[in-house]
Amino acid sequence: MSGTAGALYETTLGPLPTLTSKPTHYCAGCEHGTLTHLIASALEALGARERAVLVNSVGCSVLAPDYLNVDAVEAPHGRAPAVMTGIKRARPDLLVFSIQGDGDAASIGLLELLNAANRGDPITIFLVNNAIYGMTGGQMAPTTPVGMVTTTSPRGRDLALSGPPIDASKLVASFERPAYVRRVFLPVMPTASPEFYNARGALEGARAVRHAFEVQERGGFAFVEFVSTCNVNWKMSVLDSKRYAAEVLAPLFPAGVLRDRFRMESP
Amino acid sequence: MSAEREFLKGNEALAYGALHAGLNAFYGYPITPSSEIPETLAAEFGQGNFPEFRSFLQAASEVEAINMVNGSAATGAKTMTATSGPGFSLKQEGISYAAGMELPILVVNVNRSGPGLGNLGPEQSDYFQATRGGGHGGYRPIVLAPDSVPEMAAFPSLGFSLAFRYRTPVILLADAFLGQLKEDLTFPEVSSSSFDTSSWAATGARGERRHVLASMHLELSDQNAASHALHAKYDQIARHEQRFDEVESDDARVVIVAYGICARLARRAVRSLRAKSAPVGLFRPITLAPFPHDGIERLLDRGVQNFLVVELNAGQMVEDVRLAVNGRARVNSLGQLGGLIPGTDELVRAAEAMLG
Repeated sequence: MSGTAGALYETTLGPLPTLTSKPTHYCAGCEHGTLTHLIASALEALGARERAVLVNSVGCSVLAPDYLNVDAVEAPHGRAPAVMTGIKRARPDLLVFSIQGDGDAASIGLLELLNAANRGDPITIFLVNNAIYGMTGGQMAPTTPVGMVTTTSPRGRDLALSGPPIDASKLVASFERPAYVRRVFLPVMPTASPEFYNARGALEGARAVRHAFEVQERGGFAFVEFVSTCNVNWKMSVLDSKRYAAEVLAPLFPAGVLRDRFRMESP
Repeated sequence: MSAEREFLKGNEALAYGALHAGLNAFYGYPITPSSEIPETLAAEFGQGNFPEFRSFLQAASEVEAINMVNGSAATGAKTMTATSGPGFSLKQEGISYAAGMELPILVVNVNRSGPGLGNLGPEQSDYFQATRGGGHGGYRPIVLAPDSVPEMAAFPSLGFSLAFRYRTPVILLADAFLGQLKEDLTFPEVSSSSFDTSSWAATGARGERRHVLASMHLELSDQNAASHALHAKYDQIARHEQRFDEVESDDARVVIVAYGICARLARRAVRSLRAKSAPVGLFRPITLAPFPHDGIERLLDRGVQNFLVVELNAGQMVEDVRLAVNGRARVNSLGQLGGLIPGTDELVRAAEAMLG
């Protein structure tokens, strides 16, 4: 292997001390597993495992400490940013991060997210936005697109009833203090050839995860949203869910860097 | 400010008491009648008088505050929050998680009046909520009840030592009267004690060893074991940590049971009754939880046949007294609501009625 992609490939695959050997409960085709690996890989690259503390929030990532071999503290639904703030203020030397879902961050925990962002607390939040409540079985989320059928919007999300989906990255970037706000389209996409997949999102994600940790170590608030899929609760095949994400979610939640105060060398 | 005589409000004394006890972190949200606590701490934060006090934040909500408390406590820091009734309700979620994760936290509730918004006067109506564990899931916090400004200053230290010894939430239950009352006191010249948290605090994995603080145990048998372990701890606390105070109870035929501001009223009532040679004493629970059953038991052994429970609610602690007495003596209840306090004469009359 040679070049950037090769180096990245070597650091993101294979057994890592920062990962446990436990098989994940994540469904086949879900991006949570990818993100877990990207986080482990970045912590290894930074030599940060022994100063990392994961705050596990409520949602599919509540079991993250089963897979990430780091110290962990549990947060009630939506409260991860507050718990992270408490850890970081008591122990500024620790590298504190959380994997939140869209319901956790943009609905029940919006106050905690936005106030941590406004203070610019040096913490790192990874938001997995799959537009639905996965863990509880497919209810409408704050990020569910208008018209999408869920178990609590059986005739499709109604704009008049529930309003439009919430753009968490935009909200976070509306504050002055956050240092890094980025949205990544994470799904690995099918290509015209059945033998090849486009993993651009995972490569972008790897760089974003590492930078989000570096930003915290430089004293900044870092927030990376990963547009993801939930084929099981969307009631689609894995490939259809990837296509739906590209067609419906990508335009609604466009990928891009909304803020980068500590400019990444090669974004 | 140690060893000098001070004249302080209960809330201010509590804040300084916490600082003397080595407070590391405070997170709170303003609410009357407890706001002097964050105000006093805000004034001291960063001033260098208390170098261990390294984190202070006014949170955006009570919910945010208690979760910040849990975060700092998870690293082994001495952490506190303070609030009053409506805010105490909001904090229950976080206290339940602290109980489940076995975090040593100190939560102050300066009890105000009424359900809902109520008013700013003193009540003891949060007794049930505090002593029963007001959040979900069945846990038992330790609840301390000061009755003076010096105790407001001393109990944070006691609270932290109990919280760290048992890794459990400790509630300091005061009332609006005690929070606002001014008395003189002297801060003891003590160095704050430090606690070994290295076996559990989340401060980064060391080689193979890591700490995962969790209340969640998805396997039913795991949750069963974890919950049994928690309750075994609560049983141990109930055996070893009952605290109470007694006044003139040796030969008493009527014992007034009261805590907090009511204990002060009861002391006056006992004095005036004793002046009339009426054999009346006071039993003052200092730990409302664990409730001092052993102390009540001793009074029963001494032949006390009458208990008069005085509290600023419609009768809450009286249920614990009745449980402790278990039908072996008469238990009467005298309460007051809405922020008012009963007059000493009412206590005297109620005690005299029981003497017959």
